[in-house]
Amino acid sequence: MSENNSKAEEKTEEIAEEKVEEKEQEKQKEEKVIPYLEDVPFFGFQKLIVLKNKGIDPELIDEYIAQDGYQAAAKALLEMTQEEIIAEMKTSGLRGRGGAGFPTGLKWEFANKSEGDIKYVLCNADEGDPGAFMDRSVLEADPHAILEGMIIAAKAVGAHQGYIYCRAEYPLAIKRLNIAISQATEYGLLGNDIFGSGFDFHLEIYQGAGAFVCGEETALMHSIEGKRGMPRPRPPFPAHQGLWKKPTVLNNVETYANVPQIILNGGKWYAGIGTETSKGTKVFALTGTVKNIGLVEVPMGTTLRTIIFDIGGGVPKKKKFKAVQLGGPSGGCISEAFIDTPVDYESIAKVGAIMGSGGMIVMDNQTCMVDMARFFMDFVQDESCGKCTPCREGTRRMLQILEKITRGEGESGDIETLEELSEVIKDAALCGLGQTGPNPVLSTLQYFRDEYEAHIFEKRCPAKRCPALLEFEVDEEKCIKCGICFKQCPTEAITWEKKQPAHIDKEKCIKCMTCITNCPSDAIF
Amino acid sequence: MQQLQNLEALNPDLTAEVMAQVDEIIDRNKGKPGCLIPVLEECQGVVDYLPMELLEYIGSRLNIPGSTVYGVVTFYSFFTMVPKGRHTIKVCMGTACYVRGIGEVQNRLQSKLNVEVGGTTEDRRFTLEAVRCLGACGLAPVMVVDKVTHGGVSPDSALKIIEKYE
Ligand SMILES: Cc1cc2nc3c(=O)[nH]c(=O)nc-3n(C[C@H](O)[C@H](O)[C@H](O)COP(=O)(O)O)c2cc1C
Ligand code: SF4
Ligand code: SF4
Ligand code: FES
Repeated sequence: MSENNSKAEEKTEEIAEEKVEEKEQEKQKEEKVIPYLEDVPFFGFQKLIVLKNKGIDPELIDEYIAQDGYQAAAKALLEMTQEEIIAEMKTSGLRGRGGAGFPTGLKWEFANKSEGDIKYVLCNADEGDPGAFMDRSVLEADPHAILEGMIIAAKAVGAHQGYIYCRAEYPLAIKRLNIAISQATEYGLLGNDIFGSGFDFHLEIYQGAGAFVCGEETALMHSIEGKRGMPRPRPPFPAHQGLWKKPTVLNNVETYANVPQIILNGGKWYAGIGTETSKGTKVFALTGTVKNIGLVEVPMGTTLRTIIFDIGGGVPKKKKFKAVQLGGPSGGCISEAFIDTPVDYESIAKVGAIMGSGGMIVMDNQTCMVDMARFFMDFVQDESCGKCTPCREGTRRMLQILEKITRGEGESGDIETLEELSEVIKDAALCGLGQTGPNPVLSTLQYFRDEYEAHIFEKRCPAKRCPALLEFEVDEEKCIKCGICFKQCPTEAITWEKKQPAHIDKEKCIKCMTCITNCPSDAIF
Repeated sequence: MQQLQNLEALNPDLTAEVMAQVDEIIDRNKGKPGCLIPVLEECQGVVDYLPMELLEYIGSRLNIPGSTVYGVVTFYSFFTMVPKGRHTIKVCMGTACYVRGIGEVQNRLQSKLNVEVGGTTEDRRFTLEAVRCLGACGLAPVMVVDKVTHGGVSPDSALKIIEKYE
């Protein structure tokens, strides 16, 4: 047989070996939990404030204390007035990390000035963006930092009760928060008369029950009140009428994690990091088709290129970078042409995405942008609480059109209808979910309109992802006769023999896409 | 007690033993503002699902109208009113998993098990669910069977994984 060792076979072996290697890597990935930053090269590009305590034992308060933990709370409670804390926060320039980017110091000032004997401090740990895990990592790795940030906020606004609203999908985070709260209570860092300062603050965890819209502030408060988590119009803003109609401050997990460092090192120090309008660092959850998957914390103003290519190591070999998605279902895609955009709130918005909470998903040429738009619209439509018509009906209509296009039934005029509906929903929806829901469609239309047109007018999916627009045939010219598809087809629809091109029996094919995804020479169309 | 016996007659899953736990949960939370959702969460942990009879019972014990309880249960995806299979397969439909091919995994599971998402197989062996991001995007695409997370799954490996569950 050895004399038969032709070029094609060598190639087959090479590819087979590579496949095995890939499998091995996949296996390792399976065994390894979320990769840690140490595994990420080019550490030099990062700056750790929020993630500075990674690696300590999150279930031992002493380890947190050994890292300067609770010193900021002591300083705030014993040495600073409410006004001084707020002034420090304002100087820092910290803006909310939950998505909207509202200045934190200002938010605290509003709640502080708001009349009322009972006030609340809440932490938004609902992390709804489907493709983001920054908050989860902070909650699991450094829960005391959140507690400390909340204690400082409580002092600043004069609240004595707080809640952490954590999604039910994060059982480990909830467990660690519970441990942290009981340890802090035992140490006298929560409860009555903290540090002997006379200040009381009690903290409880509230478990969410799986509704994305509950990440919206007014919906979240309704949910804690035991109701259906539907948003309500603002004003009144939560700083005046929040939980149980009392003045309330709600901040994101990452926002709170920044607070102790700001109080310890001063607002000026923090404001020295980042750009003119966006201060400090931002944590991103880098995923998708990129070599180094994981959390990245960079100073504001770092370019997307640095994050994706220098820190993230770029896309794996044989794949080609296509776009990066920021802000999840409220955000947008950014194409290669804008890869040098610095990450700060304004620059990201200018190119049609949003900073969002930090989900950053890298997409390659095997990702169909129309299908991505459909995916996000499906999410928005599914999660719409149904309270207001533009969101409930408008997103359903948009989803129907996108489904039609990906099924190969798109018609001329569809793109224009999508654009019109987008404008209406953006203007008329009650809460951020609806108002930002059309963004993924608009941004893919902005950069990848040709892909929509290929679907509609040529009945072709350039990324080969929409099964309805594929033939499931082998291009014999392109086929390198490796047999990979033959081995992987679950229904034995593919026939192949050594040195022969593969052939697909369409009767047996269930359009599972396995062969198309794995064909090393892109020969199946 | 009268009422509890009736409940078991209406629904065999609501045994006296189960209801004792339900009562304990209610007693511990009753009176706390906003306690309905935590009570429902804990009760689902005990009974596995929230049958109508149980919702009415919880409502009457907490003095909350049955319609409100029902409205809350149907609003949140965490709650289910139908019993589940012996094993629950959750495929992650988050963005990172989608980009890495969970859609194909889901399709294969659906056709193999002959259930739609949200459904339970006839032999009650599996319930297939789709969830939005499990916060394990680094391992995408992710599938969770009962409490075990499997990363980097493919249509083939997913079928192999579930074979082990009886
Ligand atoms: C539909 C919707 C979902 C949201 N989900 C979240 C979330 O999961 N986590 C979060 O911190 N903020 C979320 N937000 C933003 C919150 O409403 C709020 O602005 C934020 O928690 C305030 O905290 P920050 O100022 O620290 O960012 C969401 C907003 C909307 C409209
Ligand atoms: S915009 Fe959508 S999610 Fe927000 S209130 Fe309206 S229907 Fe509900
Ligand atoms: S799409 Fe799936 S079933 Fe069809 S030929 Fe390819 S591998 Fe076989
Ligand atoms: S997208 Fe699947 S775990 Fe996050």
